[in-house]
Amino acid sequence: MKIIVLIKQVPESNEVQVDPETLTLKRDTVEGIINPFDMYAIEEALQIKEKNSEETTVSALSMGPPQAESALREALAMGVDEAWLVCDKKFAGSDTWATSYTLARAVEKIGDYDLIIAGKQAFDGDTAQVPPEMAEFISLPFCGFVQNIEQLKSTFMVVDRMTEEGFNRVELSLPAVISVVKDINVPRLPSLKGKIRARKATIKQLTAEDIEAEEENIGINGSPTQVVKVFTPEYSTDTEYLEGEAKEQVSTLISKLQEANIL
Amino acid sequence: MITIDKDTCIGCEKCIPACPFGALEMVEGKAEVNQNCTFCGACVEICPVDAITKPKLHLESEDLSHFKGVGIFVEQKNGVIQPISYELVELGRRLAEQSGGEKLYAFVLGNSMKEELDNLKRYPVDEIIYVEHPELEKFNPDLYADVLAGCLKKYSLNIFLAGASTIGRSFIPKVAAKVGTGLTADCTDLEVEQEERHLIQTRPAFGGNLMAVIKTARHRPQMATVRHKVFPMAEPSQEKSAKIVPISFPLEKLHLKQKVLEVVEEVEGMIQIEEADIIVTGGRGIGKPENFEELEELARLLGGAVGATRATVDAEWIGYHHQVGQTGKTVTPKLYIAIGASGAVQHLAGMKTSKTIVAVNKDPDAPIFNVAHYAIVGDAMTFVREMVSQLKKSAE
Amino acid sequence: MIMDYNLNEEQEEIVEIARRVAEERVKPVRAELDEKEEFPTEILNTLAQSDLMGIYIPEEYGGMGYGAFELALIMEELSRVCAGVAVSYAANALGAYPILLYASEEQKQKYLPPIASGEKLVAFGLTEPNAGSDVAALETTAYKDGDEYVLNGTKQWITNGGEADVYTVFAVTDKKKGARGISCFIVEKDTPGFTFGKKEKKLGIRCSATRELVFQDCRVPAENLIRRPGAGFLIAMKTFEKSRPCIGAQAVGIAQGALEEAVAFARERKQFGQEVINFQAIQVMIADMATEIEAARSLVLNAAKNVDANAKNGDISSSMAKSFASDVSMKVTVDAVQICGGSGYMRDYPVEKYMRDAKITQIYEGTNQIMRNIIALGLKKRLQS
Repeated sequence: MKIIVLIKQVPESNEVQVDPETLTLKRDTVEGIINPFDMYAIEEALQIKEKNSEETTVSALSMGPPQAESALREALAMGVDEAWLVCDKKFAGSDTWATSYTLARAVEKIGDYDLIIAGKQAFDGDTAQVPPEMAEFISLPFCGFVQNIEQLKSTFMVVDRMTEEGFNRVELSLPAVISVVKDINVPRLPSLKGKIRARKATIKQLTAEDIEAEEENIGINGSPTQVVKVFTPEYSTDTEYLEGEAKEQVSTLISKLQEANIL
Repeated sequence: MITIDKDTCIGCEKCIPACPFGALEMVEGKAEVNQNCTFCGACVEICPVDAITKPKLHLESEDLSHFKGVGIFVEQKNGVIQPISYELVELGRRLAEQSGGEKLYAFVLGNSMKEELDNLKRYPVDEIIYVEHPELEKFNPDLYADVLAGCLKKYSLNIFLAGASTIGRSFIPKVAAKVGTGLTADCTDLEVEQEERHLIQTRPAFGGNLMAVIKTARHRPQMATVRHKVFPMAEPSQEKSAKIVPISFPLEKLHLKQKVLEVVEEVEGMIQIEEADIIVTGGRGIGKPENFEELEELARLLGGAVGATRATVDAEWIGYHHQVGQTGKTVTPKLYIAIGASGAVQHLAGMKTSKTIVAVNKDPDAPIFNVAHYAIVGDAMTFVREMVSQLKKSAE
Repeated sequence: MIMDYNLNEEQEEIVEIARRVAEERVKPVRAELDEKEEFPTEILNTLAQSDLMGIYIPEEYGGMGYGAFELALIMEELSRVCAGVAVSYAANALGAYPILLYASEEQKQKYLPPIASGEKLVAFGLTEPNAGSDVAALETTAYKDGDEYVLNGTKQWITNGGEADVYTVFAVTDKKKGARGISCFIVEKDTPGFTFGKKEKKLGIRCSATRELVFQDCRVPAENLIRRPGAGFLIAMKTFEKSRPCIGAQAVGIAQGALEEAVAFARERKQFGQEVINFQAIQVMIADMATEIEAARSLVLNAAKNVDANAKNGDISSSMAKSFASDVSMKVTVDAVQICGGSGYMRDYPVEKYMRDAKITQIYEGTNQIMRNIIALGLKKRLQS
């Protein structure tokens, strides 16, 4: 069985702040990490590999700039068998549509897959759109919010899809795309042997040409949506500090809330 | 990508931290851009020597004027129309008006929904497109995507909206890919630009630390999803009577690769905190897991629900369904009381648009106070106990 | 660490993994483990999965092929978060060293691989009610009967007692020879005649399991004797030489953790209109604490390097490292509680645990008084004027 895990490198914290002096954006230029949700995807793939009787390989795939290699090495250190990086300046400006198209072409290039697992959403963009859109480009069934894989055979799988009230048990024919939620497992830490292996491993590179991507479908030209501008939101709150001992603070609070018709 | 004129660039590095997407780096003393660039233009303004330009995009716009009307996806569970749908009606109606008085279409996929539709008719919708079939009773992402995309191809709409619920987020992206158009998730603001009827989509990124304004320039319909409780609900009126247009869909022809085996509702009294008007959230400052029981009592007295920070959920003090924050749920209740929560950015992302925020924390510098309307510097559990006691007294 | 210890890439990776285990898996549960005196089985499994359990065991036996230095690095990272978890990890090395250093090839092939993989936990069984510092006063006996040895006696305060699967047990095979009449045996759990006594309630390192080992006509195959009869004392001493830097590292880690808590507290706590870290009294304390920790760390890491290189005077440097670091740890943790004031005394705050945990480092694996003995005797023998 061949599993592909989609991972994205995201900034470590999304502390994007406004510099009060220059009134411009200030971002922590800290090294990126694997998108936290993708950790669950990697772990799920590795657990399948461990439990599966037939031989299973796990490949990590990421679309990003050269720095994204460190995220892929982290995945290798956890135990994935191989890592692919789809990297090309032509991908700049990709929205979720173009990203999904690009990943779809990359997945086709890797080929021979049975299951594609992604994390629920990315820490920075957090749209959760790429896995289902990508599934559509390669005409695969998609199930999101998976909190449990109940059964996995070579031609189909049964999963539990989280809903607001509980879950739906769903059967999908393979190959399929699923995205997993936080509850599904506890991601392992990288092992020492894994880290040593990861350091020495070669990350397979794919360019736009390698994946036979059509120019009009990638990058800014391939993106139906474009960012027109970004701004930092104004959250000016007039904070009222309630004084006194707990008793006083609470009674003041209750009367203020009652006055405002909140209570 | 944006272009940087290396000759003009003086290597001052001001642009590097200004890029929210980490697309700029210094190479041999000059700024260079990588593929993370989203063309947002934040760096263009910052460069003191105007070395950075955003190129004119070759966007041949076809004539999009024949795309008219606003459509919304009406979400149903067990045949009952979900509250988010009524918020979409109000939003859709407003956008239809802004577009110059266009029609609002509501798309319903389900089975045996006569009563619900009779109710929906009273809302300010022009037409209700109803696809009825036993297979559509239970939500199936692939099936719904096929059917809705099929419907959209018949109606050349300008705008299409859906809720960013687990249902919406599961299949609307597929619809967008099938139809071949752009989709923007979790919009907090939507307006129609008069001239070309472009939908101006505003959404948070980076956990709400940054707002992005997005346009779908050349593709139609312009699709967007919105979260529950971000926009107001529509009001029904007895005078209204929308037209119901039944559509039959040859579902038998669809070769489905996914089917729903069973729907399980957890009996545990699943609190859907997104529905609550009042939320009492506990952070690590409450001390120990047992203290959540007291928070539950407080929530009960207030008629609200209990929320939790990621820290307490990770420590297994309470279940994940209570988690508020970027990796949990986004809520906008009337009243949000944060008890013993420091106000980590990821938590704020999930609650800072609540109408009234009360924060209790013994650390006066806790970031939660930056978004609080009422701040109480003090011990978490002392506050809870005092509040419970005073509320009980006033109830007597 | 304030100073750079020139770690190579692999050592950096080892530190990073140990730190992540400590921060992500130990920190959230350390208070509970301490409160409930619960053995950290899951965390030891995580360490095993991270390939850290066999870090000091040669690759041919399934280990990672590193040494005492890397053990010390790991010990400091774990101890910085919880000394109890750290000792539960280190006790395996203590128990395994007799095998690693002196066992036959067959014994090594049999026992080391499952120890390296973390599948089997180990414990070192030396201490008895009447034989603590006075190792030669052991009373547990082992007499040969055919192709078996029969063990009788009680061991006290054995770390990982009851949890371990493999025990390296020291017993008297020839009473007349005193210290030279002690032998070391590998005894497996569930061997008939081998039971456990009560689990001790301790001041600190409460999640660590400390139990009596009780031998009543316990029959052990003769091939489980390590090396030969009478080799026990030397095996024990050489084992301690390897493991003492580890305990020194544990002490350093405890002190480091306590210092960090104290500094964090002092930066937040305001009295007299400012953060208490601005007061000179506190600043002097913190400066001294940090300096002492750094000195201890340097001594510990150098001792570990010496031990790995089998340098001469390894016994002296190990003893120096252990006694100095543990004394520093006790002092630093007491000061850390002091800096935190009343809060430092409260169990809700993590700093008091460091103080309770630090004490044992001055006592076990050779009391600091014995350490001074070893150092002085070594100097007496070897230092030339």
